[in-house]
Amino acid sequence: MRSRFDEQLDGLNQALIQMGSLCEEAIENSSVALMTGNIALAEKAILIDEKIDRKEKEIENLCLRLLLQQQPVAGDLRLISAALKMITDMERIGDQAADISEIIIIGKTHAENGTLYIGEMAKATIKMVTDSIDAFVNRDLRLATSVIDYDDTVDAMFTGVRNEIIKRIENREINGEYAADLLMIAKYFERIGDHATNIAEWVEFAITGIHRGEMDS
Amino acid sequence: MERRLGRIKAKIKRYRKNPLSLVLFILVTASACITFAVLLFIIGFILYNGIPHITADLFAWEYSSENASLMPALINTIIMVFLSLILTVPTGVFAAVYLTEYTKKQSKLAAIIRITSETLSGIPSIVYGLFGFLFFVTTLKWGISLISGVFTVSVMVLPLIMRTSEEALRAVPESYREGSFGLGAGKLRTVLSIVIPAAFPGILSGIILAAGRIVGETAVLIYTSGTVAKIPSGRDFMFDSARTLSLHMYVLSSEGLYTKQAYATGAVLLFIVLAINRTSGFLAKRIMKGNKGWRK
Amino acid sequence: MEKITIENLNLFYGKFQALHNINMTIQSNEITAFIGPSGCGKTTLLKTMNRMNDLVPGCSLSGRVLLDGDNIYGDIDVNMLRKRVGMVFQKPNPFPMSIYDNIAYGPRTHGIKSKALLDEIVEFSLRKAAVWDEVRDRLKKSALGLSGGQQQRICIARALAVNPEVLLMDEPTSALDPVSTSKIEDLIVDLSKNYTIVLVTHNMQQALRISDRTAFFLNGRLIEYSDTEKLFSMPKDKRTEDYITGRFG
Repeated sequence: MRSRFDEQLDGLNQALIQMGSLCEEAIENSSVALMTGNIALAEKAILIDEKIDRKEKEIENLCLRLLLQQQPVAGDLRLISAALKMITDMERIGDQAADISEIIIIGKTHAENGTLYIGEMAKATIKMVTDSIDAFVNRDLRLATSVIDYDDTVDAMFTGVRNEIIKRIENREINGEYAADLLMIAKYFERIGDHATNIAEWVEFAITGIHRGEMDS
Repeated sequence: MERRLGRIKAKIKRYRKNPLSLVLFILVTASACITFAVLLFIIGFILYNGIPHITADLFAWEYSSENASLMPALINTIIMVFLSLILTVPTGVFAAVYLTEYTKKQSKLAAIIRITSETLSGIPSIVYGLFGFLFFVTTLKWGISLISGVFTVSVMVLPLIMRTSEEALRAVPESYREGSFGLGAGKLRTVLSIVIPAAFPGILSGIILAAGRIVGETAVLIYTSGTVAKIPSGRDFMFDSARTLSLHMYVLSSEGLYTKQAYATGAVLLFIVLAINRTSGFLAKRIMKGNKGWRK
Repeated sequence: MEKITIENLNLFYGKFQALHNINMTIQSNEITAFIGPSGCGKTTLLKTMNRMNDLVPGCSLSGRVLLDGDNIYGDIDVNMLRKRVGMVFQKPNPFPMSIYDNIAYGPRTHGIKSKALLDEIVEFSLRKAAVWDEVRDRLKKSALGLSGGQQQRICIARALAVNPEVLLMDEPTSALDPVSTSKIEDLIVDLSKNYTIVLVTHNMQQALRISDRTAFFLNGRLIEYSDTEKLFSMPKDKRTEDYITGRFG
């Protein structure tokens, strides 16, 4: 029964997975660009962000159409409303990756070995994004919860990076422009972590019907 | 006119493709025409032969061998119909109500009543006449009289009224009864206020059908109410013999002297029957449409 | 406040068991919806509440149905019960009479003879059923001359005329067009302020739109019964979820 609807829901699933992959790709590219100084990768990340924006529109239209045509209730309704909210956060993640790339391109920022903390942050946030999408795909409540909890760790990492930069500025080890860029990039990574957390919260909602609605940190 | 030709041409084209359906069409139309023609012929024949002989004399109050008046017979017919209906309508209608409203589908009694009534309606009327003669006239010693006629004719017509009433009652949608019960009305009130009024047109047609049958009934009455061409009167009027219109015609034609009057009587009889049928149709339609509101 | 309580109700049509061990409570002045696939017993259960099942040959039941605490299957006047618990059917079924007589039928049945009083009741009922303005000038005309939506509102007015406490409605809008349907839905919501309403419906959007509580039935059993919003957004039983999301039924 309702095979057409189920097909459409499958399509929605697929589209969300694709958008998730794009997000992962974007952040990866920015992060590697930051660590290796490869400007080309940064530019690629910006292009991917454009794709992400288009994908968001596509999924948004799909969801609205489903709401109109199928009048979903219960689990179906939660799924579709969660999807609508998730794509907003994913689109912001894409924007953040693009912003990071812009900074890298303009400032030719290249994180030296010393500032590895930021490398850790990058890896951590990529993991959060990957995990939240996986949690959605597999309806894995525990994975979603772990992402939400992990956000505190990422926030702590940001504080660590910030402190390190401040120390280095005071020790006159790094120049002002570099410090400013690095701090902003770190902040963007932290924001990506927040958005990944949001996605995980909506995954939780889709499964349990309860949304945590925590304040952004 | 052109359009008509055009349509006919189109029809012919269609039929050319399918000659079998054309054959069928012709057969069907021809049968209808023949049937209609026969009917028209019978009616026309009687009217043609009868109308010229309808004179004022024919409607004189008293019958004499000169005027062969049909008036007494006509009045006797009306009395006969009236009395029979008084006997049969309440009995038949309430029996039908019992069958439809108060028995379950599988009830044995209902089945027996139904079979009996169907059998009775298949019996040829002359057998009724015989029965009436043997039972009412002879055994009960009522003699050849109005009352014998009335009772025999009633027995004959009762199954008819019962059946038509039952059909009419069954045709009342169950939703009316449900609606009535849902409002807290009991069975009696539902039957009297909703079901019977709703079935009324059907019941009325049944009654008029029965009346028509009585008017046309000859064989039965020959044996039971006889051929005296007088309106029964006096205290014992029920026990007087009384000739009805159809009998009047029979007697006139069998005596051989009054062929003209016989035809005239036939024409009158025809008019009456036609009038009865038209009235019943008209009434039924009026009641169905009107429905100005039923009391209670 | 509990209006109708159903206790351990088992109902049989001959040998076939149509309802299995039903236990539930209908709250007063609320709209309770019964949903479920065809043949699940929701209409049967509805008809139990005004003993219309008595009319079905071979129907028997065990258990209790309490109206304000009294068992309606005990020593009780069935006609008075049906006065207190009215019914509106799926297909509008006005009597073949004038509109006035249709509405007045109920009151007259229960002993009201005064014309003045009947006039009042007829007007009041037609107003309550939101159809007075449309028919006030044709009260003596046949009710059969009205449109389907109007006929159904006449039937609702007819049911209201006997001043019931509970209204049982068996898919009241399933035979009507969307405009009539929404008029009647608005009417039902309005009526629930003063009457207890139990509504059988196939239309889940309708249950969502107007009911306070919803009961889901399957094969003669009560599967889930809760707040409408809760049942439709987070059903507890998988069968409920499957039904309301259209995966079966």
